[in-house]
Amino acid sequence: MARIHVTTPITPEQVRQIRAGDEVLITGEIYTARDAAHKRMVEDLAAGRPLPFDPEGAVIYYVGPTPPKPGQVIGSAGPTTSYRMDKYTPTMLRHGVRLVIGKGYRSDEVKAALQEYGGAYLVATGGAGALLARRIEEAEVIAYEDLGAEAIRRLRVREFPTICINDVHGGDQYFAGQSQWVKPDAMVKPKPPVASE
Amino acid sequence: MREIHVDQVADAVARLVQEANFKLSDDVVRALSQAQSLEEAPVGQTVLMQIVENYTIAETEQVPMCQDTGVALVFLEIGQDVHLVGGDLYEAINRGVARGYTEGRLRMSMLNDPIQRVNTRDNTPAMIYVDIVPGDRLKIKVDTKGGGSENMSQLKMLPPSAGWEGAKQFIVETVAAAGPNACPPLLVGVGIGGNFDKCALLAKKALLREVGSPHPDPEWAAREQELLEEINKLGVGPMGLGGVVTALAVHIEVMGCHITALPVAVNIECHSHRHKEVTL
Ligand code: SF4
Repeated sequence: MARIHVTTPITPEQVRQIRAGDEVLITGEIYTARDAAHKRMVEDLAAGRPLPFDPEGAVIYYVGPTPPKPGQVIGSAGPTTSYRMDKYTPTMLRHGVRLVIGKGYRSDEVKAALQEYGGAYLVATGGAGALLARRIEEAEVIAYEDLGAEAIRRLRVREFPTICINDVHGGDQYFAGQSQWVKPDAMVKPKPPVASE
Repeated sequence: MREIHVDQVADAVARLVQEANFKLSDDVVRALSQAQSLEEAPVGQTVLMQIVENYTIAETEQVPMCQDTGVALVFLEIGQDVHLVGGDLYEAINRGVARGYTEGRLRMSMLNDPIQRVNTRDNTPAMIYVDIVPGDRLKIKVDTKGGGSENMSQLKMLPPSAGWEGAKQFIVETVAAAGPNACPPLLVGVGIGGNFDKCALLAKKALLREVGSPHPDPEWAAREQELLEEINKLGVGPMGLGGVVTALAVHIEVMGCHITALPVAVNIECHSHRHKEVTL
């Protein structure tokens, strides 16, 4: 398991380098979006309208921050649960998004789409919103302002700490990590990823 | 008859929702430090360290430890010799929530309607629970509960033949399915018995106990321990990355039930378990 530094926008070569279990530190511009914003983006795309940001090589962070205190760039800003974006993620990946950051399990469709379009799923520590905010240097709402905490923000981050869960090669770190620690007599065993053909 | 003005309730609620989000209570701090001494996985250790660093920053800077500052759960234990004056109690609680979330710059996460989905922009409605108890005091417990863990909760009406083994299987499966989605290490609230709705309420109330405090009935305390061991065999670990501490504690609340029924509810709570209380 390696420690990898990447700078946005992300190239297909960089995606191939990232393996499940790697620590990935992200520097540059990333975009925030949760389910309400994803729903609108997918509707925009269906209607032939451009996305609020250039998706090619983009990084999306699933977060709805708290309002900043005076003098703060952003409030607490940890990841939200990713499965709520499962329905929209293949479309985003197809349009060029390469890294998505959240927490929790993804659907088999998302894992297959990561392999098909060339992307990786990363997680940040859930509930560590005050700590993660320290890696965010700038924040600006760029679209869907009416969604409040769910608006799309452009963030400038420095060495934003994540771990790769699902890579472009089909690796699954939740399965690998849990398999290492599950007891032989556990009542439920970790669920293996579905092999894609 | 002791009179308490509803504005006092509103003030208390406004203060407690902020305190809960800025400062992790001692029982959770202790449980996390115990988790640090138990966790064997290096990545689990790293995650626990981040969690501790995070709540330390939150307390020092008076900022929310998690961006999901939750739905405000307000539990009232109203002494039957208390007379509440000065207006509508429920309105006062919602006023307190709105003020607390605005003053504390907490995130407004509540919607007007589950299908229309328009943000109410003041984090109301609060979820209000009332119990009438003997005495002339008013106890207010506030829990600001995040959506990630709440969404992983389950309720099942088991057949009585399922017994304790069936209940255990359902509870462990629910925790396994929650995995990293619910931000482990978790606090697992279990309700067993009652009926469909009381059972869910038992599970919720189980979360309000001091973390790790055993059930007063030794038989149920032993079942809590048994469940905790089974859950920690899953290997889910901190943030689901693998490890031996998946849950910090399991709390069970029990009630009698109908001859046909064995209701079981599992209310999942994340490591960011924010609860505070005051007695007026
Ligand atoms: S599950 Fe808890 S710790 Fe995780 S993001 Fe939600 S509120 Fe925060």
